[in-house]
Amino acid sequence: MLDNAIFVKTNILKLSKPFNLESGITLENVEIAYETYGKLNKNKTNAILVCHAFTGDAHVAGFKEGTKKAGWWDKLVGSGKGIDTDKFFVICSNVLGGCQGTTGPKSIDPKTGKPYAMNFPFITIKDMVSLQKELVSFFEIKKLVSVIGGSMGGMQVLEWVNTYSDMLMSAIPISTTMKHSPQQIAFNEVSRRSIMLDPSWNNGDYYEKASPELGLSIARMIGHITYMSDISMEKKFSRRTKTYNKSFDVNFEVENYLKYQGDNFVKRFDANSYIYITKAMDYFDVSEEIFKNHINNLKFLVINFESDWLYPKYQSLDIIKLLRLKHIPCTYCEIHSTYGHDAFLIDIEEEARLIKPFLESIKI
Amino acid sequence: MRETEFDYNLISNWIPEKTSVLDLGCGKGYLMDFLKHKKNVFVHGIEISESCIYKCVEKGLSVFHGDIEDGILDFTDKSFDFVILYQSLQQIKNLSFVLSEALRVGKKVIICFPNFAYINARICLFFLGIAPVTKHLPYRWDNTPNLHFFSIKDFNIFCKNSKINIIESRFLTKTKFIRFFPNVFAERAIFLIKSL
Repeated sequence: MLDNAIFVKTNILKLSKPFNLESGITLENVEIAYETYGKLNKNKTNAILVCHAFTGDAHVAGFKEGTKKAGWWDKLVGSGKGIDTDKFFVICSNVLGGCQGTTGPKSIDPKTGKPYAMNFPFITIKDMVSLQKELVSFFEIKKLVSVIGGSMGGMQVLEWVNTYSDMLMSAIPISTTMKHSPQQIAFNEVSRRSIMLDPSWNNGDYYEKASPELGLSIARMIGHITYMSDISMEKKFSRRTKTYNKSFDVNFEVENYLKYQGDNFVKRFDANSYIYITKAMDYFDVSEEIFKNHINNLKFLVINFESDWLYPKYQSLDIIKLLRLKHIPCTYCEIHSTYGHDAFLIDIEEEARLIKPFLESIKI
Repeated sequence: MRETEFDYNLISNWIPEKTSVLDLGCGKGYLMDFLKHKKNVFVHGIEISESCIYKCVEKGLSVFHGDIEDGILDFTDKSFDFVILYQSLQQIKNLSFVLSEALRVGKKVIICFPNFAYINARICLFFLGIAPVTKHLPYRWDNTPNLHFFSIKDFNIFCKNSKINIIESRFLTKTKFIRFFPNVFAERAIFLIKSL
C-alpha cells in the first residue's frame, strides 16, 4: 500500500422522509450507502459527485479497513490525482436498487418484514439521481463543481443535467449514451433471461434459499464479453489452453477467465438487483428532453474510448450534436485504447490528463 | 517577433473583443490561447490529433477531437463570429466543402496558407526541377500533410468563382508585409472573407 493511501469507510444515510419514485410509488426507510473523500470547504463549493457504473459501488477510492483492494477508480480519485481530493470533496454513493448498502430488492420491506424481492418497485435512472440529490442536500451543497461517471454512471450524469442542471457547474459523461440501442437492450435481455430461467431464481424469492448463482454467473459472463474488445481478448488470452486435449471442459483461457469472473460475481452481487438495474438502463432515454432547460453556464467534457463497441462513439457524438444546437460547444475526446468498454476503468492516465485541467478550468 | 506571433497579432486585430471564434485544425491551441487572453473571446477548436487535444485541455480550452470535415457539420448557421483556418486549409481533403461549411457556420472566415508560387518555390521547381522544399513548405513530396498546392492568385480566382467576398488580405514574408507582386514575393497569405 502506498504511503498516501486513504482509508475510508462506507457510511449510511437513513432518509427521515418517504422517498418518492418517478412512478408515483413511495419507498419507506430508504438508506443510502456512500463514501466521501477530501474536505468540504466552508462555503460548500468544492464538491464533486462520482456516479458508479452498473455493478459498481460507493467505494470509489482508497482502502476500506481490513481490505487490500483499492476502490474501483482509485487511480483517478485521490491526493494529487485526476480528481484531486486535496482540492475537492468527492462523494460517491451506491445506486438505488443496488445491493451494496443502498436500498434495493434485497432490503427488508417494512410492510412485510421480508426482503422486497420482485415486490420492489420499478426504478429508473431518474430515481437513482433523485436519491443522490437527497445525499447532496444532506451535505447542504447547493452547487456541485461537477458530476462525473462512466457507462451507467454517465447516464446518471446526463440525468443530473436533465433534471438538476441548476445544481451543476459542469458535467463529465464518459463512455455513455442518452439511450440504449437495441443491441445494448438485447445483451441485457439475454442476461436477465439467464437469471430468470434459473430454477433457483424462483420469481425473485430466493433470499432464504439457494440463490440463482448459475443464471447470474452466465449473465456476468455475457457482460464481460461486451466490456472487452476483440483486440484486448486476443492480447489477454489468445487461443491459449490449459491442456492439449480436446474436451468439453473449461480449457481455453478465455473460458476460464469468464468462469472465474462469473463465479466471483455471484458472491458480491444480487440477482434481483441485476434485473432491476438493467431495466432502469434500458428504459433510460433523455434524448428528447435533455438540454431543454437553461444550461448556458454549464461546461461539458465528453469522453469515449476508441475500441468501445458496447457504447460506440456515435452515442457520445449525439450528445455533442444536441449541445451544438444549443450553441454550447463542449470538449470531446476519443481516447485511443484497445480495452473496449472497460477502458474507462483502465486507461486512467489519459482520462486524468483531460479531467484534471478541465476541473481546474471551472471557477469555483 | 516570431512569425506565428506576428500572424496571431494580425489576426487578432480583425477580431473584436468578446466575440466567438471557431479554430479548425487548432493544433495545440496556441492561437486559441492567444486570442482568449488578448481579446477575451470565446474560443472552440477542432483537432484530429489526440495528443494535441490534451495540450489544448491543459490550457483550459474547449476542443472537439475529430476530423474537421465531420466536426463542423452540427453547428448551426452563423453560430460563430469568426471561423479560422490557420495553416490547415491546404491539408484538408475536401477543401471546397470545408470552406463552404466554414462560411456557413461563421459570419466571417480567416484563412492563412502558404503561397505555392513564392519565389523560392518557383526556384525549386524551375531551376532545380524538384517539388518545392522551402522554409514555408518544409515537407518533401513523399511525406507531406499538404494535399493542395495553391497560390495567392489561385485563391483569388477560387473566391471569385465561389462567390466569396474578400474583405481584407495580407501578404507576408517572415514578419514583413509584401505589397509588390505578392504572388511572387509573399511566402504566405492571410485572408478575411465572407460569403457574398
